[in-house]
Amino acid sequence: MYRIAVLGDRDSIYGFAALGMATYPVNSADEAAKRLKKLAEDKFAVIYVTEAVQAQIESEIDRYRTVQIPAIIPIPGVSGNTGMGMRNVKTSVEQAVGSDIIFNNENK
Amino acid sequence: MAKTHVNPTRMELTRLKKKLVTAVRGHKLLKDKRDELMRQFLELVRENKELREKVEAGIHAANKNFVLARAGMTDEILNVALLSPKQEVYLDVGTKNVMSVDIPVFDYKTKTPDSNDIFSYGFAFTSSDLDDSIQSLQDIFPSMLRLAECEKACQLLAAEIEKTRRRVNALEHVMIPELRENIKYIIMKLDENERSTQIRLMKIKDMMLEEAHHYSQRERA
Repeated sequence: MYRIAVLGDRDSIYGFAALGMATYPVNSADEAAKRLKKLAEDKFAVIYVTEAVQAQIESEIDRYRTVQIPAIIPIPGVSGNTGMGMRNVKTSVEQAVGSDIIFNNENK
Repeated sequence: MAKTHVNPTRMELTRLKKKLVTAVRGHKLLKDKRDELMRQFLELVRENKELREKVEAGIHAANKNFVLARAGMTDEILNVALLSPKQEVYLDVGTKNVMSVDIPVFDYKTKTPDSNDIFSYGFAFTSSDLDDSIQSLQDIFPSMLRLAECEKACQLLAAEIEKTRRRVNALEHVMIPELRENIKYIIMKLDENERSTQIRLMKIKDMMLEEAHHYSQRERA
């Protein structure tokens, strides 16, 4: 049985605990990277990561791009939306098609 | 001219011809696979984009509510209220096969039978803003899960499409032209050999006839 984890700064994620997800507040990139590694090895199928943290540990997250589980999904934090999540989708499109045909320069 | 050395023999020719047939067939199949993958991918990526917009807007709204809630209560009360969540979510992970790419399918179960049973506190000391914010998060939770599914599928499909595209290109621009060239080279070489054998035979026949009947001497006489 798999679970869902949320990783990010405390203010952005504490609400998710009420829904029954496991929340892991982290303060530094090192801590986040370590925590992510632990979570990925454990029984977590989905890990939501705030964009601020995602930006810091991008290389760690890229490692899980091609494996089936876990799915690491960026979500906007309390400090606002940086457009990072959309950029990820865009990267996928560029990887597959060769050029961006979905977004057509709408969010640069 | 062929880049690599090939033996100009009939056996090699047959082998190469067979290889070419396989390569052409493989090329066609892979091309079809790529096209279908692409179709599926574009469908998914559009859904992914919509979901992401929805989820980001939802989380943004929920965060606004949370800020309001925090402003209305002390930190201690808020911490205590969310200290021990009574709800837990479990995921069943299945897989769906899309053109030989296994993409995950998430199915969620909650610990308590009512999935709306999310308030882990009494309502006496907390502000109603907290209730609102938790409820708003709960409302977008199914979308968030679908987003996770969708985004993962997109990533996996993108990797597979890239791989397939490379294979198609390698077959189309390297393997098949090279095989064709080698086959052509062998055929020309064999033809050339045949012609030279023919000429040699004709020449030998001439010489043998000359030896038997002495045409040139007779002509002189």
